[in-house]
Amino acid sequence: MKRPDQFPLAVRYGLIAVIVGGLALLFLAVASGFGQRVVTAQEFVNFQEGGNPHQGFRRAHAKGFCIAGEFIASNHVGAYTTAAVFNQRSTPFTGRISTGGGNPTAPDLASSVRSLALSFNPGTRDAWHTAMNTPPVMPVRTPEDFYAFAQVFAPDPETGQQNPERIGAFLAAHPETQAVREWQASYTPTGSFATETYNSINAFYLVDNERNKRAIRWSAKPSARAVAGSVIELTDDPNALRNEFMARLEHGPIVFDMIFTFANDSDDETDPTVLWGDDREQRLAGIIMVHRATPEADGNCDAINFDPLILPRGMAPTDDKILRARSAAYAESYRRRARENLMNARGEGSQ
Amino acid sequence: MSTHNYHLAARIMHWSMALLILSMLFAGLAMVQSLEPWHLTFLQLHKSFGVVALLAVIARVVVRLRFTPPPLPSSVPVLQQKIAKFSHMLLYLAMFAMPLSGYLMQSAAGRPVVVFDLFALPQILPQNLALYGFLREFHGWVAWAFIALILVHIGAALHHGLIKRDGVLQQMLGSKPKD
Ligand code: HEM
Ligand code: HEM
Ligand code: HEM
Repeated sequence: MKRPDQFPLAVRYGLIAVIVGGLALLFLAVASGFGQRVVTAQEFVNFQEGGNPHQGFRRAHAKGFCIAGEFIASNHVGAYTTAAVFNQRSTPFTGRISTGGGNPTAPDLASSVRSLALSFNPGTRDAWHTAMNTPPVMPVRTPEDFYAFAQVFAPDPETGQQNPERIGAFLAAHPETQAVREWQASYTPTGSFATETYNSINAFYLVDNERNKRAIRWSAKPSARAVAGSVIELTDDPNALRNEFMARLEHGPIVFDMIFTFANDSDDETDPTVLWGDDREQRLAGIIMVHRATPEADGNCDAINFDPLILPRGMAPTDDKILRARSAAYAESYRRRARENLMNARGEGSQ
Repeated sequence: MSTHNYHLAARIMHWSMALLILSMLFAGLAMVQSLEPWHLTFLQLHKSFGVVALLAVIARVVVRLRFTPPPLPSSVPVLQQKIAKFSHMLLYLAMFAMPLSGYLMQSAAGRPVVVFDLFALPQILPQNLALYGFLREFHGWVAWAFIALILVHIGAALHHGLIKRDGVLQQMLGSKPKD
């Protein structure tokens, strides 16, 4: 067999062109989505931000404020996980309270979703981020379906109205939306961020020192002592809920119980659409004490990407497809707002 | 000892790092788009192997300073020799810039860099959004500059090996005979 450098000159040139050109094409193809499934992180975030993004803000849960406080562990879950947060008495956190949606100036009371996000031990192996929402379950099981779901519920750009026929068809084709619809029907928003229950929705594993795994979900529940209703009258101020939260803080820390719900033998921890009822084993993991709250512009939570896949030693992700999809989408949103922040393009709405 | 080929250590480093860096580039470009369950695994491997690449390029500089590379043949014009040297310097720069910016970007984000589940690198920058913005974009720009450089580098190497047949490619393959 002839060695390649003995081939005719034209073939040798051709070989170089094929190798270098082929490699260049392969890079371009991979960079532009070759081999990716239906929805990429970029496409998802493009949809979330819409045609006219709010520069410098999160593409989801754009409106929020920073909080800080400490988590005080309970002693009831340390046997199931080696995570530092649950095995030492107290761990400080930085967090963020937000409402759903991509508009940083939307009125607090207009949003149907309220959220609590926490960051512990940043930059270390014991770093833990969690982003929790008021609904206890997801409507669908995969990022593709969630993308389709969000599109079906988005108002028609021409009429500005939702299209009930499309919504009906989607719901009929997706019976797994049942649990979230039942929850929605039974849920009434409270008069305060301090009296909502925030849920991890996705399940995670606790890992003990013998590497045994237990699937759990967690919730932050308002402490029994939290005053129901609102401590100040909710006005039509767009920041009504934030103001109420800050007014509450003047009377002392705002407290949530962090409750772990352990999966039953029959529960599928990779399915975020099924509710885990109260007959599951529940344990108090500790309490979340919020000591301070600051408007986002003055706070330090803006720099945090509350990517729920930042998990400490002693915790591990399940193969829930929604959970696994979150990391890349959050990173894309984080990248965009960081770039805009660098160029000083943080737009209207910062306050 | 012959000065005809690159030293064995230099050759091993060159080819293993070429494989590592090409994989890192492809994996990086693919993972930032993917919503699939493998995203997390790729990200963790990307960071771990990225740290390996940083350690490897440090070792490679030591090898490079310790063993003088074979000269280019005298048939290569002086200007071209200078360009070749310069391009190698740029390749080294990129080999440092990629993993360093990756590590610094994760520091500025307050995200841990855990190497193969064994240990974490310390966070060496304060958590800062604009700083992250710069480093994240830098990681992306340098990646594309690096890709362009590598393509030219491979084109030049193949040109030496297939067209000019002057032994330059063989020096790196280790197959150049003694005179
Ligand atoms: C495929 C599903 C999901 C996608 C694509 C998605 C996407 C996003 C994006 C892009 C952000 C902005 C991130 C940033 O710029 O830092 C975000 C924030 C957030 N997401 Fe999701 N999300 C998903 C599922 C969920 C689920 C299941 C929950 C609740 C458990 C959740 C809770 C939150 C919260 C609380 C925030 C705001 C955190 C903060 O204050 O910064 N998300 N989401
Ligand atoms: C030889 C070394 C490396 C190469 C060639 C490389 C290459 C890449 C490429 C091509 C991308 C995609 C960039 C884009 O689409 O804009 C990327 C993303 C990324 N790299 Fe690296 N990288 C290296 C080392 C590292 C290291 C050491 C770290 C961290 C310790 C790191 C962390 C990351 C992260 C976190 C992303 C994703 C960022 C995001 O999701 O927005 N890289 N890398
Ligand atoms: C990621 C990919 C690559 C990188 C970063 C890279 C980097 C380098 C560097 C820095 C040198 C200078 C010598 C040294 O200090 O080791 C070099 C030399 C060389 N490389 Fe590469 N290389 C890559 C891929 C390739 C490939 C795929 C080929 C073959 C087609 C190749 C062929 C050569 C040759 C022939 C030399 C010797 C040039 C001379 O003696 O002046 N390289 N490479």
